[in-house]
Amino acid sequence: MAAISHDDSSAVVIIGSGAGGGTLANELCQKGIKVVLLEAGARQSTASFVQDEWASFNQLAWLDNRTTSGTWRVAKDFPNLPAWTCKTVGGTTTHWAGASLRIHDYEFRAASTYGKIDGANLMDWPIGLAELAPYYERAEQKMGVTRTGPNPGLPGNNNFKVLYNGAKKLGYTKCSTGHMAINSKFRDHRSSCLQMGFCFQGCKSGAKWSTLYTEIPHAEATGHLDLRPESHVLKIEHNAAGKATAVVYVDAKGKTVRQRARVIAVAANSIETPRLLLNSASNMFPDGLANSSGQVGRNYMRHLTASVYATFDEPVHMFRGTTMAGIIQDEVEHKPHRGFAGGYEMETISLGLPFMAAFLNPGAWGSDFTSVLDEYTHMAGMWIVGEDMPRESNRVTLNHDVKDQYGMPVPNVHYDDHPNDLAMRAHAFKQGGDVYRAVGAKKVIETPPYPSTHNLGTSRMSNDPKLGVVNKHGRTHDVPNLFISDGSQFTTSAAENPTLTIVTLAIRQADYIASAMSKQLV
Amino acid sequence: MGESTSQNVLTRRGMIGRTAAILTGTIAATSALATLAPTRVWALELHALSQHDGETLIAFGQTLYPHATLPTAVYAFLAKDLDAAAAKDPATAKLLGDGTASLDSAAGGSFVAASPAARLAAAKSIEASAYFAKVRGQCITSLYNNELAFAHFGYPGASWPQGGYIHHGFNDLAWLPNPPESASPTVGLL
Repeated sequence: MAAISHDDSSAVVIIGSGAGGGTLANELCQKGIKVVLLEAGARQSTASFVQDEWASFNQLAWLDNRTTSGTWRVAKDFPNLPAWTCKTVGGTTTHWAGASLRIHDYEFRAASTYGKIDGANLMDWPIGLAELAPYYERAEQKMGVTRTGPNPGLPGNNNFKVLYNGAKKLGYTKCSTGHMAINSKFRDHRSSCLQMGFCFQGCKSGAKWSTLYTEIPHAEATGHLDLRPESHVLKIEHNAAGKATAVVYVDAKGKTVRQRARVIAVAANSIETPRLLLNSASNMFPDGLANSSGQVGRNYMRHLTASVYATFDEPVHMFRGTTMAGIIQDEVEHKPHRGFAGGYEMETISLGLPFMAAFLNPGAWGSDFTSVLDEYTHMAGMWIVGEDMPRESNRVTLNHDVKDQYGMPVPNVHYDDHPNDLAMRAHAFKQGGDVYRAVGAKKVIETPPYPSTHNLGTSRMSNDPKLGVVNKHGRTHDVPNLFISDGSQFTTSAAENPTLTIVTLAIRQADYIASAMSKQLV
Repeated sequence: MGESTSQNVLTRRGMIGRTAAILTGTIAATSALATLAPTRVWALELHALSQHDGETLIAFGQTLYPHATLPTAVYAFLAKDLDAAAAKDPATAKLLGDGTASLDSAAGGSFVAASPAARLAAAKSIEASAYFAKVRGQCITSLYNNELAFAHFGYPGASWPQGGYIHHGFNDLAWLPNPPESASPTVGLL
C-alpha cells in the first residue's frame, strides 16, 4: 500500500469507497495512477460482519444526524434517517442486495420519451445506452453478474417460488432469478452463494460483490492506493484559478488534516456529496463549489420504493436464501395508459423479524399489525423499485441550525412525492398484491417507503452547464479537476437498481481521468 | 394458554439490595421457549422504576403488541429496557412514572386490572402523548429483537453457523410447482 504525503499534489483524491469511489480507485490504480481513498467509516471484513439486523445496522449504516422535511412519510416515521446507506469501507456495497440491471435506452431519454410532466424537472441524459454498453459489459464481468458472460443464474429460494408462480398466473413473462452480482459459482477468489439470507448485513461468505473485498484489495495490490478509513471530509479547497487543490478532513485520531490533490473525485453518496459541495462554498463559489447552475442538491431522487408482503396458509420461510432472489420485469416499460410515466421492477425482499417489526408499517400497533407478525414464517415479500420524478424542490440543503460532531451543518433532505410517483405506487401495490393473491394469499400488506438505499441525482449530468452540475464524464462544469463519481450524477433515476450503472460510470470516468492526466488537461 | 398472567405472578418483593423492585413470572411448560430459557422461572430487577411502573409497562406492551401465546417473559424485556433508560435519565424516569399515572387514570383506576377492551381504550386515549411514543417505539426492539421472540415467531437469526441455507431448505417449499430451469437453475448444475 502506498503512503502518499499530505503535501503530495500528484495523486487523485477520492472521497468515498463505495460502488463509485471504490471502483474508480481500483481502475485508476490499475493504470498506475496514485490514489488517496478517504472513507468516513471504519474497515470491516467478512469475518467481522454480524448476522444480527440491529447490530449490523449499527456497525455499517450512516448514522450521523440528518434532518428531513416535506410530505413524504419517511419524514414522519424516520425524521433523522432519510436514507439507509453505509459509513464503512466499501460504502453501501456492503449492504446492497446485488441486483445489477442496465438502464434502458428510453430511460436515458426520459424527457424525450415521457414529454413534459408538470412539476418534474425531466431531462435527457447526455449519454445513452449505446455509448455505455461496452462499459456496462466491463462492469458486469468485473462484478460477476449472473446471466451475463459465463456466469449462470442463481437458484431461486422459497420466496422466489411464490413470486414466480404468482407472476405466471398473472400472465407475466419476464420473471427469473435475474441479474445479480452474487457468485453463482466460485469466482474471483470468492465462494458461490451459500443462501444465508443476510445480504443486507454484509455478505459473510463474500459471494456478493462489494468494493470492500474486490476493488479495494485489488487496488492495494498495485501499490498505488493509500486507503484511509475513518477520515471524514469537511471541505474541498481551491486556488485563485478556480482549480480544486486539497481536501480538509478529520482523520481517525481526530486530527484535522489537509491532503493536497491533482484531481478530486467525490463519491460520498447523493446526500453527503452535495452537502460537501455546499459546505465548500467560498468567495469565488458563494453558492457552493461547482454550483453555478444552482442544481447542487436539487433533483434528489430515491426511487419509488414500496414493498408488498403477503401471508399464506402454507409456510414460506422467505428469510432463507438471497434477499433479492428474483425479479418480475414486465412493468418496466413506458406504458402511459397505466396512468403514469416510466416503470417499475418487482424484486423479492425479505426482512428478519427485528426489521420486519420496524419497517412493515412504521408506527403501527394493535392486533392488525401483530396478527401479521404471527404469520412470519408464512410470509412472502417483494420490493418495488420504480422511477421517481426529479423535482427541483426535492433537495438536499444545509441545515445551519443543526451541527454534526465536527461542527458542520447537517444535511436536510426535503422530498415530496410527485403525482406520477403516487400513481405508479398505487399501480404497483395493486399488481404486487395480485401476484400474491393469484397463489392464495390470505392477507396482503402494503408497506410504505422506508429510508432509501437508492439516493440519486443531486449533482446531475447535463450537456448545458446551466442545467446541471457535471458533464457526461462526471466532470463538474465549473471546476475542471473536480469530478462526481457516485449516483449523484444521475440525470433521472430510471427504474433499475443503480449500483451497476454507478460502477459503469466509474469505469468510464477512470479512462477519462487517466487520459486527461496524460494529456496534462488536469 | 397455559401461562400465568402478569397479575398473579408479579408479586411484590420489596427492596432487595439496590434493587427497587422485582418482577417475576413463569414460562409455561408447554411453550416452545421453555426449552430455550435456562430456567422456566424468570425474574427481573428494576432499578429506577417502581413495581407498579413495571407491571403497567408489561400490560401496556401486551395491549400495544398483543400476541396470544407470546410469554410474559418477552414483554418483561420492555420493562427491563425502559428501566435501564430511566436509570440513565431522570427525565425518562419521570416520563414513565407520569405515564403509569395517565394510563391508570384513563383506565378508571388500574390499567393492569382493567379489561382488555378498557386497556385498549386507555391506550388510544393517550396515543398522542410522548409517553406513548416512547413505549411504542421501545416495543419494536424490546419485543422482537431477542432470542425468545425469535424462537416464538420461527425466525432462526444468524445462519452463518450452519453454513447458510444452501443445504438447509432455502428452496424446500413444496406447495407450489418449481419454476423451470430457465428461471431458476438447480443447484449442482452450476
